[in-house]
Amino acid sequence: MNFLLNPWPWWVSGPLIGLTVGLLLLFGSRNLGVSSSFRHLCALALPKSRLPYLAQDKVREQSWNLFFVAGIALGSFLAVRFLSSHPVQFLPPQYHSVSGAVKLLCGGFLVGFGTRWARGCTSGHAMMGLSNFQKPSLYAVISFFAGGLCAAAIAKLLSGGTL
Amino acid sequence: MKHARYLLLGAYFGLVLTKSEVVTWHKIRAMFYFREPDLYLIIASAIVVGMLCVWLIRRLHPRTPFGERIEIQPTPMHKGVFYGGFLFGLGWFITGTCPGPIYAQLGGGEMFALFTLLGAMLGTYAFAWLQPRLPD
Repeated sequence: MNFLLNPWPWWVSGPLIGLTVGLLLLFGSRNLGVSSSFRHLCALALPKSRLPYLAQDKVREQSWNLFFVAGIALGSFLAVRFLSSHPVQFLPPQYHSVSGAVKLLCGGFLVGFGTRWARGCTSGHAMMGLSNFQKPSLYAVISFFAGGLCAAAIAKLLSGGTL
Repeated sequence: MKHARYLLLGAYFGLVLTKSEVVTWHKIRAMFYFREPDLYLIIASAIVVGMLCVWLIRRLHPRTPFGERIEIQPTPMHKGVFYGGFLFGLGWFITGTCPGPIYAQLGGGEMFALFTLLGAMLGTYAFAWLQPRLPD
């Protein structure tokens, strides 16, 4: 049982994560993607918006996506509650502060803005798109890492290389 | 039931994401600082299995238990994959979270992920507002 309760090694979790692509196609006929949920949530929160991006969103047709992300939360709850011997530390202690909240808000803004502009995130482009050999998804994934590694280099410079 | 299956499929995804710890800030930092290879190996092996799944479904063209045809959609080329992709990468580093893990963190009881989700919704709204003026 211990191996189940500890964090799973990459050679177990990687293939199981990839299997989501197949399970979602086989049982749901849907292409894996998570960041469209931001558009649906925004459209639901602002039903009277006249911005075409929100007004033209087909929330009803795409409602599966909201069930899917609710499921992600449920699955993670089950993992933490019943399948972990140690508490999972999602964010480091220094993020539980006002400055942490500001960082999460600003970073989250970039996540929302960027994934909607790119029309996909790590799920839709990296997993689904690359599994289907889509060139635009390859460019998207290269850009994700270009952004992340640039931010890492800047953070390292700002901290004097101590990070 | 037709929609409940997406809740179950999402629960599978969320459970595996959390058990692999790719939903934690320190794993994402360790990836971007090249401290451990785990996340690169997870992403690479996930894509290999995903490719196998897509290949098998293309070959066997099964139907879903509800008799639906399985459609695998192409990804259209547009400039946003570069610009938006880069901006997302910056946010990915800052928050240590991509969209799936935001929901996983919330479900796992990390309430500060609400700030990340709120930020993402504000970012989406800003995109909706600016979209007509941005390169596609």
